[in-house]
Amino acid sequence: MNALADLVAAPTRLVAPPRPSLFSRTGWAVLAAATAVNCVLVPLAALALPADSPFALSAYWLTLGGRIMCYALAAVALDLVWGYCGVLSLGHGLYFALGGYAMGMYLMRQIGRDGVYGSDLPDFMVFLDWKSLPWFWQGSDSFLWALAMIVLVPGVVAFVFGWFAFRSRVKGVYLSIITQAFTYAAMLLFFRNDTGFGGNNGFTDFKRILGFPIAAIETRVVLFVLTGIALAAGLVACRAIVRSKLGRVVSAIRDAETRVRFTGYDPLPYKLFVWTVSAVLCGIAGALYVPQVGIINPSEMAPAQSIEMVIWVAMGGRGTLAGPVAGAAIVSGAKSYFTAAFPEFWLFFLGALFVAVTLFLPRGVAGLFARRER
Amino acid sequence: MSALPSTRPASDAGAAGSGFAGYGHVLHEGEVDVSHRVILYLDGVSVSFDGFRALNDLSLAIDDGELRCVIGPNGAGKTTMMDVITGRTRPDEGRVFFGQTIDLLRMNESAIARGGIGRKFQKPTVFEQHTVWENLELALKGDRRWWRSLSWRTTLDEARRIDELLATVQLEDEAHRTAGMLAHGQKQRLEIGILLAQEPRLLLLDEPVAGMTDEETERLADLLVALEGRQSIVVVEHDMAFVARIAKRVTVLHEGGVLAEGTLDEVRANEAVVEVYLGR
Repeated sequence: MNALADLVAAPTRLVAPPRPSLFSRTGWAVLAAATAVNCVLVPLAALALPADSPFALSAYWLTLGGRIMCYALAAVALDLVWGYCGVLSLGHGLYFALGGYAMGMYLMRQIGRDGVYGSDLPDFMVFLDWKSLPWFWQGSDSFLWALAMIVLVPGVVAFVFGWFAFRSRVKGVYLSIITQAFTYAAMLLFFRNDTGFGGNNGFTDFKRILGFPIAAIETRVVLFVLTGIALAAGLVACRAIVRSKLGRVVSAIRDAETRVRFTGYDPLPYKLFVWTVSAVLCGIAGALYVPQVGIINPSEMAPAQSIEMVIWVAMGGRGTLAGPVAGAAIVSGAKSYFTAAFPEFWLFFLGALFVAVTLFLPRGVAGLFARRER
Repeated sequence: MSALPSTRPASDAGAAGSGFAGYGHVLHEGEVDVSHRVILYLDGVSVSFDGFRALNDLSLAIDDGELRCVIGPNGAGKTTMMDVITGRTRPDEGRVFFGQTIDLLRMNESAIARGGIGRKFQKPTVFEQHTVWENLELALKGDRRWWRSLSWRTTLDEARRIDELLATVQLEDEAHRTAGMLAHGQKQRLEIGILLAQEPRLLLLDEPVAGMTDEETERLADLLVALEGRQSIVVVEHDMAFVARIAKRVTVLHEGGVLAEGTLDEVRANEAVVEVYLGR
């Protein structure tokens, strides 16, 4: 480049940008504080305080908080593909449910002979007059197997789906519709009794996990703490991905895919990577959700569920990762309050919230805290 | 046109026959063989869209290190030609070779870009949400495999290289601004910086001076002239003053084929060209 440098009158000066850490100082502080609350204060409040203390956490609050954190993890996962890769998935409920079903299978096997029919088989199989476990239930009594399936099933399904979709360069609204159709088809499949996942009713009436009674407050605390750790870890992992060069390529694909191709990058593996990571995180969220809520059924794959996830992300602020955590908390927190207090007004409230955010907070809740544009 | 260039860049190139090209040198995978001086070779390329022939038996050869201007009225097939070369459009007929050995029709857009062909679009296309610095960082020649990018760190040498590029396209003061905030002419310059960062053997520029100020145009002309001989450049341009400033050889396209080729003066004197393009 010597001849080029000759063209330049001034000597070149180094303007390498600073490489900031994953989060700002405040970000790290909030994350550390939240982790401390999650790992120390919550167990104390739930286990050590007497039940009549105003700070005591009841099982209701533990379940609500744990559920919201599962939703938040799913929202972070969705933001990774929508906010950073520009792929609006209207079918992430599928991956959430697949993770949930993988965990549910293990929990069904943990019931043992305590079911209604006192059989070794899960109740719904006895009801269907099945004599032995189908092949795809083999291994489901092992917790390690369940852990592997929680990661592998959503991961492989997402990989295969993504490979075909991204390779054929399906984009935008067409891709969104396909994701929606895909989760709808899966829902119909899981509704069938013959599919072997409990049909309409799904899995419920869990008794224990790893031998511990699932409804005991101690078990709930452990699940809550694990969910909080998973959420924090998912947030840090996604942040690390979007801050890496891979993350910059992925957001470049979102903004100008053609330019990315003509710069020599093949978008396919980049898109597939974030898509699969997102599905796996969603599956983990679903797997943590099922033991806390105590049920998994095909309605988790309903299109409306996946659209609600999109609302969490939009509400919190797309492309911010931390925003969707707040979005999931606000929307699902408000939902559990309103559907109990004013059941007929919930949808009006949701609509009003959506209008208000669109009008006043176009960048979501996170936009409130964003610093000025560079 | 005796033996066709072999698509296999191996040591059996000598068996391919014509002349001395095959003897005495071994080609490595992906290396551009310019032993016959030609870096880009289009032979009988035709493209139709719904019955409209955008390119009609187009043949064109660009020499290594050459700076070639392509002019022609709207709809002459200039952009389609670039689409064919960069893998965006597959021709119905014809062959397109990069050097003697690389068959571009077998490669996709990103492989062609990695192979050494950079393209600037008519509408400036940059990564709008990234800073100018990050734009160049992403474009910098280097490993494009996804797993390498997860743990990738910019080295000091690469940072220097980016700073050089910033100086070349005069965007030092904008280095940390978001590319979407740049003025049109600045985006044009950034896109040229992105191209140079890839260190391509062949640059394809589609109307590079559209929306540039006179001073920017002047500088780009200087830059292209300085690059001549080291990088091959094909410029499609409507701005005849700019063409006059940089061109040695000019190709006139008309209705998807080559109407005339030569120096700008020769082309200007050509009756057919005057008829269809310069207007009379």
